[in-house]
Amino acid sequence: MNVRFERVTKIYETRDGEELAALDPIDLSITPGEFVGLVGPSGCGKSTLLSLVAALIAPSSGRILVDGEEVRRPHPKVGVIFQSDLLLYWRSVTDNILLPVEIKGWDRRKYRARVEQLLEQVGLAGFGGKYPGELSGGMRQRVAICRALVQEPGLLLMDEPFGALDALTREQMIMDLQAMWLSLANTVLFVTHSIEEAVFLADRVVVMSPRPGRIDLDLRIDLERPRRWLVHNDPRFFEYRRQVRAIFEAKGVLKEH
Amino acid sequence: MASGRRRRRLARTLLEIFAAPALALIVLLSWQLAVPLAGLSEFVLPTPWQILKRIGQDYALLWSNARVTLAEVVAGFVLAALTGIPTALSIFYSRIFERAVYPLLIALQTIPKVVLAPLLVLYLGYGWAPKVFLAFLIGFFPIVIATVVGLQSLDKAMVSLVRSMGASEAQTFFKLRLPAALPSVFGGFKVAIALSVIGAVIGEYVAAERGLGYLQLQANAQFDTTLNFASVVMISLIGVGLFFVLSLLESRVVFRRDAAK
Repeated sequence: MNVRFERVTKIYETRDGEELAALDPIDLSITPGEFVGLVGPSGCGKSTLLSLVAALIAPSSGRILVDGEEVRRPHPKVGVIFQSDLLLYWRSVTDNILLPVEIKGWDRRKYRARVEQLLEQVGLAGFGGKYPGELSGGMRQRVAICRALVQEPGLLLMDEPFGALDALTREQMIMDLQAMWLSLANTVLFVTHSIEEAVFLADRVVVMSPRPGRIDLDLRIDLERPRRWLVHNDPRFFEYRRQVRAIFEAKGVLKEH
Repeated sequence: MASGRRRRRLARTLLEIFAAPALALIVLLSWQLAVPLAGLSEFVLPTPWQILKRIGQDYALLWSNARVTLAEVVAGFVLAALTGIPTALSIFYSRIFERAVYPLLIALQTIPKVVLAPLLVLYLGYGWAPKVFLAFLIGFFPIVIATVVGLQSLDKAMVSLVRSMGASEAQTFFKLRLPAALPSVFGGFKVAIALSVIGAVIGEYVAAERGLGYLQLQANAQFDTTLNFASVVMISLIGVGLFFVLSLLESRVVFRRDAAK
């Protein structure tokens, strides 16, 4: 699925009634099957962009198009993964994964086999009957990923999905996500704070800076796939990372003492 | 070695299970033994055994009055739940309603409702109506407040999640808000049922022709302390029994966050 932002702005009203522009007019085009990493500091509007595509908020002006159609309500073929797993603790793993199926009014029975297959893919075969309280943080986030994938989304929106995990689990999840994406080949919009995460995973890294949120750099990452973890030591990786850092240094987001 | 550890664990389990009944038994036994030792007569302080015997003898009398009190409590509680939950939903969904009603409810909550009992008798007479109304009034506030708190405690990101799946507000409510609020709602129910018993009995103290509160006053007037205690036991049984029924219902419909370990 493709995504297009056309002169999109978002103005929030503060408590004092002042208007706060979260986004400068944004133009961005994402082609089908592309993995786009959206990097920037807090408040740069990267999560706002994602919420706009998910139809959780409406733009103040401009349009967002998904597959050429203007976004007005949540698109049935879009899956969202948030920073925390947001599993419902009173539902089993299987029932959590089937939540979007239920909400869309589809036949749960037709998705049973798909749930099993997804659980196996993320290394949780046989965990369908467990409850979220019985799982570790990494396992819970894997379940959340299954829940986003159960509807076979053409577009996956990920909002700092690994931000709440410990460093080792996070590393594993990054590699697993790449493997999964290579087999799915859907479009991904991946929001993160981490330059390394974005460069490692994405075909394109879009760098944003705050007040108001704007795109400063749109960088194509030409590293062959599947990428091994060692690509972090590749001179090309260093160069990509340097270019992203240079933006943050120029904008005062990162400062040397 | 291993069997020693197992034996210790068994001993600890037994201790945990029987600690509370054992303490209760010790208290009752001490009471039973202390009364004759202190030379107290039955109408000053009856022994547990005398009270138990009396319950057996006057079973019919106690039950016919307990039935009345039980009906008042249940009617008041059900009324409180049936009006409290819609009130809580209105507070949750309507900002105006919340602004107008919620602060007043919290202020009213601090008024001891039992002081209204004499007035309720004045307006509603000597029958079951003032008792049910007092049981309702006293149970209403904890249910409203627990339900509102339960609904408000939901993580906003959860709502974003189901919205991103295209959920309507009705779906959001039944799949998310309601199950998330249920533990708190049942917490309110349990507080309310205990208070409703108080409401009904106080109502009976003020003016009644039947009920356990009425029976207690009769026993008092006749210096029948044993019957008085027997009524106390029956009132306690009503409270404990209804609490137990609610807990049973809760374990059927509520999945506790810490249930799965």
